[in-house]
Amino acid sequence: MSAAATHHDQAHDHADEHGHAHVPTYLETLRANRLGLWLFCISEVFLFVALIVVRFALWGNTRPELDQALGLATTSVLLISSYFMVRAEVAIAHGDRDKFLNSLLVTFVLGVLFLVGVVGFEWGLFGITFGDHELLKPTDGAFGAVFFGMTGIHALHVVSGLFLILMVYINGRRGGYSTERHWGVEACAIYWHYVDVVWVFFYPILYLIGTPVH
Amino acid sequence: MRQLRILFSLGIVWALIGQAAGAAAGLFLVRAIRAAANLPPSAEAELVIAAMFSVFGSLLFSGVLTDWLKWCVGIETPLRHGDPDGLPAWTRYFSVDYNHKVIGIQYGVTSIIVLLVGGILAIIFRLELSWPGEQFLTPESYNTIFSAHGIIMIASILLGVGAMVNYLVPMMIGASDMAFPRLNAFSYWIAIPSAILIMAGMVIGDGWETGWVGYPPLSTIDGSPLGTQLFILGFYFNGFSSIAGAINLLVTVMIMRAKGMSLWRMPIFVWAAIATSLIQFTATQTVGAAQLMVTTQRVLKLGFFDPTFSNGLGWPAGDPILYQHLFWFYSHPVVYVFVLPGLGIISELLPVYSRKPLFGYKWVALSSLGIALVGFLVWAHHMFTSGMADVLRIPFMLATLLVAIPTGVKFFSWVGTIWGGKVTFETPMLFVLGAISVFLIGGLTGPILGTIPTDLHLHDSYWVVGHFHATMFGGFVFPFFAAIYYWYPKITGHMYNERLGKIHFWLMTPGFWLMSLGQMQVGIWGMRRRIYDYDPALGIEFTHALITLSALIIGWSVLIMIYNLITSSRTERVAAINPWGSRSPEWQVPSPLPEFNYYRPFEVVGEPYDYGVPGSVYVRDVPAAGD
Repeated sequence: MSAAATHHDQAHDHADEHGHAHVPTYLETLRANRLGLWLFCISEVFLFVALIVVRFALWGNTRPELDQALGLATTSVLLISSYFMVRAEVAIAHGDRDKFLNSLLVTFVLGVLFLVGVVGFEWGLFGITFGDHELLKPTDGAFGAVFFGMTGIHALHVVSGLFLILMVYINGRRGGYSTERHWGVEACAIYWHYVDVVWVFFYPILYLIGTPVH
Repeated sequence: MRQLRILFSLGIVWALIGQAAGAAAGLFLVRAIRAAANLPPSAEAELVIAAMFSVFGSLLFSGVLTDWLKWCVGIETPLRHGDPDGLPAWTRYFSVDYNHKVIGIQYGVTSIIVLLVGGILAIIFRLELSWPGEQFLTPESYNTIFSAHGIIMIASILLGVGAMVNYLVPMMIGASDMAFPRLNAFSYWIAIPSAILIMAGMVIGDGWETGWVGYPPLSTIDGSPLGTQLFILGFYFNGFSSIAGAINLLVTVMIMRAKGMSLWRMPIFVWAAIATSLIQFTATQTVGAAQLMVTTQRVLKLGFFDPTFSNGLGWPAGDPILYQHLFWFYSHPVVYVFVLPGLGIISELLPVYSRKPLFGYKWVALSSLGIALVGFLVWAHHMFTSGMADVLRIPFMLATLLVAIPTGVKFFSWVGTIWGGKVTFETPMLFVLGAISVFLIGGLTGPILGTIPTDLHLHDSYWVVGHFHATMFGGFVFPFFAAIYYWYPKITGHMYNERLGKIHFWLMTPGFWLMSLGQMQVGIWGMRRRIYDYDPALGIEFTHALITLSALIIGWSVLIMIYNLITSSRTERVAAINPWGSRSPEWQVPSPLPEFNYYRPFEVVGEPYDYGVPGSVYVRDVPAAGD
């Protein structure tokens, strides 16, 4: 009887005048965070699929003349960057901080290289052409609109991914992540891979499918 | 002095300052850059950047980003809760707060304020339409006002949905808060600057003329008013609120339910909230993409929707119909975002006032998901007259008529629940019954629009106006008011004035019937939508006057409700713990609920709606170890 009463009091100890607060453990928070991030990824699928639908609706079975070597190069750079992102995540999970930080740095540099390729060269910010064709302009009807629209939205995601990598790098240098607790790294990695996978769809849709119109 | 200190502690004040500061910063940045690059000044570019900066400024100054920014540099921040230190308790409702009940109230009050703004606009142009000819509105200002009425009411409904979902769901599933409290606050605080952008569009830059749909070429053509751009950006940023709020809700329901609360034992409103969120977090992206495309076409001349492009090489041009597809892929499902929570409220409240189990719980739960699913497959029924590909017509007609099936399931469940029940008629129940009657009008007039041959005649007529006002009032406004009255004692601890509540109902419901049926009648007789004038020879003057009169009655009745809600919280009528005899967990404990909702966690041991079943129990306190 008295034992039961004691237990009862203990149950009340967790509640103050604010009521019973469930303070989530790290694992519970991790689970919520993972779910939330994946739902965000699913949400973004609708944005990218909308853009892909626009491309097929407007371009049909045609495409503009684009520099194939440059397209292949930027795609390769982005895919390789994903490898280094995996390497970074595995490294922090094994407690190897130097490898983690170095891999992140490589990912960052490759991400910047991708941006230089797409925004710098393909958009013609540098005004340099490689082939004999002229650079596509944003005002070139549906070719310009869709190409700049799709690469632009993707580039925006790459930029935000780079921002995340930089943030994780700074926090990682200060020792903000441990073998067990590195949700920040994981989130950044999922997002980076996600942006990468989007490009895996965008690249053939923009560069390969359809007959080029001169 | 103290008043001034309190004033400048309020997040809302800083949000407004931040919005103004952001707008000014954006404006001068664009001017400086363009001047430095020797470009001519561009009002369009200045406006877009200023609007984007203004939203960011508002978020930054209100303080809703502060914790996240600290996380970026590795500073951990504990979740702030409880009343603010050294400030009156009411100030938390005007500042960034992470408690879901506070955010729910913030959503609700903002929703009603925005509803009043939209309602005033409606009454302005209804007065214009009372007589044929041009009264006091120019055609341009008429266009701006009806467009603003549409989008402002939509903003109000989204805020109202946010209010119900935020306040009710964590409470119903026994969680102490949402899964991501900071994201929850963000969802609310980004809705404020976007609503302000939309309203600013009415004043700055000559308003806009596109209606709430913003179709190109009207929205993209050279020389179209700058207000269009503000409306589009406000619309766009409001989408962030929808997406973040929906993701938050889904995670909350997935992982934070009380012990024993399996999916089939959740309160039925939670199912409606899930269905709503599934639509919100997906479809919103496509309309966001469409609004971005319009913006890039206006500012950077990207020709997504411009069919006139030609360079003589056979390169493809844009297509204005494409916008309509992207737009309606969101904007049709979103009407189910508006009505599903309301229909959930109807199913939630009917068993309480009928003292009977909810008829066909699982079917009702699945019908919400069914409506959400079918809702994704029907968008082009808004475009039967748009000139889209003929092959799309029949499939979209058939899919549209399919919506009647899950909706019918709900109606039959409601009838089955009331049937043979011991029905009592308190104000919330009256509004539920009013909602069913009004939604029935909206529902029965829908198939006529979904069927191609009749739609070709009724498209863009006032019949459509009558139809969707009936669905919006039946699916959202009436249930929202029912929910406000029903949970008012839970929120404030006081009972509302029943007499005023009934007056509100008996003014609003016949008023609405008159308005909606009148709109349909003038529609059949030849009244078109979105125009400030009509031909007196149509013989619709009298009905138009009646519609205006009923709009005024509805307006006054809503003011009565607001008066009731404000005064009742100051009276001595302290509400009983469970005035409605509900089985839902939140009614088993005293009102108002504490900060974290429950003093002791509860567990679910029975079915939620077994009203009148002897000995049935839904929830009980989790026994402490050793009990």
